[in-house]
Amino acid sequence: MTQIAAAVGTDDRTVRSTRIARRRSPSQRRASRRQALIGWAFILPFAIVFAVFLIAPLAYAFYLSLFTKGLATGTQFSFFGNYVQAFTDPAFLKGLWFVVRFVVVLIPVQMAVSLAAALVLDAITTRFARFARLTIFLPYAVPAVIGALMWGFLYSPIFGPTQQLASLVGANAPVLLGPDTIFGSLVNVVTWQWAGYYMIIIYAALQGVDSTIYEAARIDGANAWQLAFRIKVPMVANSLVLILVFALIGTLQFFSEPQILRPIANGTITPDFTPNIYAYSVAFSYAQFNYASAISFALGFVVFLFVFVFLFATRKRGSVFA
Amino acid sequence: MKKSRLLVAAVTAGGVLAALVGCSPSSGGGGGGGGTVEHATNCTNKLVVKSAPTVTVWAWYPNMAKVVDNFNNAHKDVQACWRNAGAGGPEYDKFQTAVSANKGAPDVVMLEADHLTNFEIQNALVDISKYGANKVKGNFSAGAWKDVSSGSAVYAAPIDGGPMGMIYRTDIFKKYGITTPPKTWDEYAADAAKVKAAGGPAFGDLGANVPAAMMALEIQKGAQPFVYDYSAKPKDISIKLDDQGSKDVLNYWADLSKKGLVGKQDQFTTDYISGVVNGKYATYISAAWAPGYLTGAGVGKGQDKGKFATAPLPQWDPANPVSVNWGGSALAVTTQASDKALATKVALGLYADPASLADGWKTQTIFPLNQNVLKSSEFINAKIDFFGGQTANKDVYVPAENAYKGFTYPPFTVYYYAQLQNQLTAINAGKIDGAGAATALQAQIVKYAKSQGFNVK
Repeated sequence: MTQIAAAVGTDDRTVRSTRIARRRSPSQRRASRRQALIGWAFILPFAIVFAVFLIAPLAYAFYLSLFTKGLATGTQFSFFGNYVQAFTDPAFLKGLWFVVRFVVVLIPVQMAVSLAAALVLDAITTRFARFARLTIFLPYAVPAVIGALMWGFLYSPIFGPTQQLASLVGANAPVLLGPDTIFGSLVNVVTWQWAGYYMIIIYAALQGVDSTIYEAARIDGANAWQLAFRIKVPMVANSLVLILVFALIGTLQFFSEPQILRPIANGTITPDFTPNIYAYSVAFSYAQFNYASAISFALGFVVFLFVFVFLFATRKRGSVFA
Repeated sequence: MKKSRLLVAAVTAGGVLAALVGCSPSSGGGGGGGGTVEHATNCTNKLVVKSAPTVTVWAWYPNMAKVVDNFNNAHKDVQACWRNAGAGGPEYDKFQTAVSANKGAPDVVMLEADHLTNFEIQNALVDISKYGANKVKGNFSAGAWKDVSSGSAVYAAPIDGGPMGMIYRTDIFKKYGITTPPKTWDEYAADAAKVKAAGGPAFGDLGANVPAAMMALEIQKGAQPFVYDYSAKPKDISIKLDDQGSKDVLNYWADLSKKGLVGKQDQFTTDYISGVVNGKYATYISAAWAPGYLTGAGVGKGQDKGKFATAPLPQWDPANPVSVNWGGSALAVTTQASDKALATKVALGLYADPASLADGWKTQTIFPLNQNVLKSSEFINAKIDFFGGQTANKDVYVPAENAYKGFTYPPFTVYYYAQLQNQLTAINAGKIDGAGAATALQAQIVKYAKSQGFNVK
């Protein structure tokens, strides 16, 4: 990373010096302006899409969130009233508390699984390793919606395989989507879905490590465990931080899996289960687009807060955005 | 090299442009082209008279393709352009979005009676009495007409009703020695205990996701959850969800659920249907449209063929029976329709011809509210295959429909149902008793109504 930064630095200097050199001739200045225009032209398609599909909707949603509309009243400008309501709304806070707990449990589990898989796959070099890598990655290739539907079947206490297993020993199938079990069941689904993807990121980072370092460590008498935990893990710390940020953002916005499992969860997954599901219900079922926009922005603020605090805490090691 | 790069750039730019154009509203797509009566495209059905103006329709009746064809074949001056925008909730969500956006709604939309007020108050539906709806008033019972009206205003053409009864499994009743179906709720609970004691299956099911059914059962015990008149006082509402009747009914079901006498399974799910097929429930407290739904889901076809029968809904006071309704649907004209008179013509005529109605009731897709059918001897005396040849209409559903007096629904049904569902889930989880649920619900709904700007009495 520092190497790259240094390289960028030199580049910058070179560019600056050439610019100074070019200032001498008017025809050259015209040429450079033309070059700048070409540069803008290249990012124009992206800039348009970015502005039309991200900046504009965000701005519009923020504008909406400043108004209040009741069924029996008209629309009124309420400034930050919706935000005050959101942060005192038990439904929103309940969902927020759920995703925060989910982050605390899910992310360590997910990291441990993907790190372990990556270290093992990095250590072995048989043909089996390639097959195993593909298999572990496969769940990520399954669309989240299909994955959730699949797990819905697997969890079903009436016609799923758990029922068949339970009936072998003459017991009733466990209710895996009940109020007490839903948390673990969802952790399982999400870990299954994402661990393979994170594994690939860590694995790729491991592949990038110079193998002479391992050789040196071995000569110094390091065993396989020491190699893994003293050399490899610190070497891929950057990727781990990156994964954590990804997982943090994704998990706080938890939506697809519970939304898909909702119809078969016997009411366990309520319309205010997670903040995003709550925003969806408030907008599209209760017709309160203004309040839903405020909830979305409130959630965005919480996500920003988490990521900021996290990056601040890991600033010494992490250099994700530095 | 240079040339090929240019080509790539051109193709990419073209692609982006195409994508952008594809997103412009002019291509219609899911919007169904509300408002553009003359140029509706994207119909699921084929238009018969291509030159005639079209009216877009959203509906989810399973036999809708036939119904639309019947209408279009019989009309030269107008054609219905039908799309299925989802059944129930998904359609309401889409319609709600179109209403909020002031664009994208169809001209005619299928709505269940309990959701009409919800859209009336958002000024999304047209009072079709101005366009001749009262001409067909005589075709419907007073209760059915009340469900689609508000004062003298009429907001939809009634199509399908949901008089409730008790569907039961004859094989389970026989096996556990229940010779006559329970006539009262006390008998129902006693029979449930008897079957359970003999090691039998659950007697019924308390599905948390069918709050409309629970509301109907509460009304049966005398509850009057909402008093609301959109046409007279749109801002005044009276809410009474914690009256004795509601508490009694919720306590009754909470008790059955706690003792394990009824299932706790959400309905309209694969798990529930699988349970029905495999005889896990002795009864299904449901409406007249249930056989059509169950047949469509595969019930009554294989091992459980001919094992179902139906009986009148158990009563609290057999001397004063009360008939209640679950579901039922109507066709409403939206305020986004550009030609409201033409749209009204479609709403009133679409499911009103004899051929469509006959197809509807014979497949039990609908329980027709049209009196021409309800009073026909063919309908009354029909032997229903699903019920093993029982004359279910005569025995149960026609009397229930005739005794139905109509409900008053709140202007925020979706929210109310969601909260009731939460309470029923809590009841099934043993976290709250019926009376507690009623009290909590009252507080929640009153708070919500106030936040929406209603004067709550």
